Amino acid sequence: MLIAIGSLAALGAALGTVLGVAARYLAVEEDPLEVELAALLPGAQCGQCGYVGCGQAAAALARGEAPVTLCTPGGKSVAEALSKRLGVKADLSDHEESVPQYAFVQEELCIGCLRCTNECTTDAIVGAPKQIHTVIRDNCHGCAKCFKICPTEAIKMCQVPVTLGDWRWNKPGAAALQ
Amino acid sequence: MRLFPIRGGIHPKYRKELTSEQPIVALPMPARLYLPLQQHIGAPAEPVVSVGQKVRKGDLLARGQGAVSAPTHASTSGVVVEITTVTAPHPSGLPQLTIILEPDGKDEWTDLPDPIEDPFSLSGDAIRERVASSGIVGLGGATFPAAVKLNLGSQQKIETLLINGAECEPYLTCDDRLMREYAAEIVDGARIMAHALGAPGIVIAIERNKPQALEAMRAAAAGFDAIEVIDVPVQYPMGSERHLTQAITGRETPAKKLTAELGVVVHNVGTARAVHQSVRFGRPLTRRVVTVSGGAVAQGKNIEVPLGAMVSELIAFCGGLREEPRRIVNGGPMMGQPLPSLEVPVVKGTSGILALTVAEANERPTQPCIRCGGCVTICPCGLVPVEMAAFIRKDNLDAAAGIGVTDCFSCGSCSYICPSHIPLVQYFNYAKGELAARDRERRRLDRVKTLSETRVERLERQAQAKREAAAAAAAARKAASVPSENKASQ
Ligand code: SF4
Ligand code: SF4
Repeated sequence: MLIAIGSLAALGAALGTVLGVAARYLAVEEDPLEVELAALLPGAQCGQCGYVGCGQAAAALARGEAPVTLCTPGGKSVAEALSKRLGVKADLSDHEESVPQYAFVQEELCIGCLRCTNECTTDAIVGAPKQIHTVIRDNCHGCAKCFKICPTEAIKMCQVPVTLGDWRWNKPGAAALQ
Repeated sequence: MRLFPIRGGIHPKYRKELTSEQPIVALPMPARLYLPLQQHIGAPAEPVVSVGQKVRKGDLLARGQGAVSAPTHASTSGVVVEITTVTAPHPSGLPQLTIILEPDGKDEWTDLPDPIEDPFSLSGDAIRERVASSGIVGLGGATFPAAVKLNLGSQQKIETLLINGAECEPYLTCDDRLMREYAAEIVDGARIMAHALGAPGIVIAIERNKPQALEAMRAAAAGFDAIEVIDVPVQYPMGSERHLTQAITGRETPAKKLTAELGVVVHNVGTARAVHQSVRFGRPLTRRVVTVSGGAVAQGKNIEVPLGAMVSELIAFCGGLREEPRRIVNGGPMMGQPLPSLEVPVVKGTSGILALTVAEANERPTQPCIRCGGCVTICPCGLVPVEMAAFIRKDNLDAAAGIGVTDCFSCGSCSYICPSHIPLVQYFNYAKGELAARDRERRRLDRVKTLSETRVERLERQAQAKREAAAAAAAARKAASVPSENKASQ
């Protein structure tokens, strides 16, 4: 018994020291620009840009490998913030403002496999094994990860309808000179 | 009372003579009434009736939800035939959830709440409650729930209740007619509201171009020392809350603040009358007076309309259209909004329906800015429209916000005065909508961020718990196996 405890403790202490030293000497320099860019991104880790998550996307942006318009869910406002920070002129005029979407589980098709629940980055899907799942619409940010993984195609992506509250006027036409 | 000047402003062609001598007449009950769930600022009401249900006039159809909201009542007796989406009386033409009522022709009142004999012995809260349950909103067009505004007295000392009878928008005469015909009801409503607010003084402000209304209101207010009826200069936009307050106090309401900061709460004359009806008779808001006017209408009228009547019925009641209108406007010509069609219902905020001819709409091609500075001189908010529009045109909304575009209240004076016909106020409407949308978007993204961070934490916690459990299990196994080893070695 004592031998077991002693040996485990010694092992722990030794490995801990090694890890501590490694953390000190092998630390990866955090690029401050990267951190700043990551703060501008939505942080939803949805992967729609093609990178694993927002951190990787920020790194690619910092290296100048990705366009500022990469973030679909962030839309125009994020693209603008990024282009401002990076000092690049981005042509936002034809940056398609993607219509916001939300996921919807068609109950008759859901088999309760839990795959979508595990995939969702904002915990917007509630469900238990072999129970019908459902999406909390207010929490869904429309990344469609669940839509892609569902084995029975029970999830469909719907457009968030425009309401009177968020309707807005268009910019006066180009004919309006100044 | 001493009046103070307000900055800028314009003197458009008023054309009030088209309807000012038309007494208020009731609209014959239409075959169907369309009552949208959102006729006010705030959260939409929630239906409490089902299809097929029989209702009587004044029955609750949908109740208000949340702190800022207003209920909707049946405008007549009849049957609820459908609850579905109908085009909203809104420039977007978007559909809106609407309760459709088929009148039975009896127009029979429901059992109303008891009349309040002596409202002045009641607490402000009791009056506010009655006003809230009657679904009364600002009838000048802003449609802010009146009870919420009557609550301002509990947060700060209100010195004056200002009753707005300025009616500075051209064409509109519904408030003028109300004051001439129902002066006593307005005065009574105003006294009740002042009591609820705890305001010692009441000022009723009317523009000088309405001498009969001034006379009628003065006569009705005689004998009440707390009430002062004043005539204010004819100057658009005198009827704006902030500017009317400035005219009587000489002080400007700070940006993004309410006039209550200056001890003044403003209510429209129509709202005062609705409060009178609700408190004295228990009647909820089921009708309002609408001015139908404009050169394209056969005979302009002031009509008392059951809420939910289609605009096309009002036009038909006025003898139809004389010519194809260039524009149909909901409200006045300066701040009113274009209507998508005539098949939209009259709601609590509909003060006027104008069918304007080509000459009246006066749409002319835009020319380059000649830097005359006219827009700067007339802006009643002291803004610099020419510069804001230049920023917005180049999509630099932040710069436009920096010089106050969100303080613009879209009075349209700058567009009206501009010799180059630059659609200045249209730029500002666009910019304000866009800035508000960005704000909503930013809040949404923040929420998404919080949610995904919470998830990462949760996963981390779960992993940690698993590791701990595994370690504990391993330790337990070890502990169990050590003695047995010992036994074996013995
Ligand atoms: S519309 Fe706005 S900018 Fe133009 S005059 Fe009115 S308040 Fe000023
Ligand atoms: S009124 Fe019109 S033309 Fe004159 S400065 Fe303003 S925008 Fe330019």
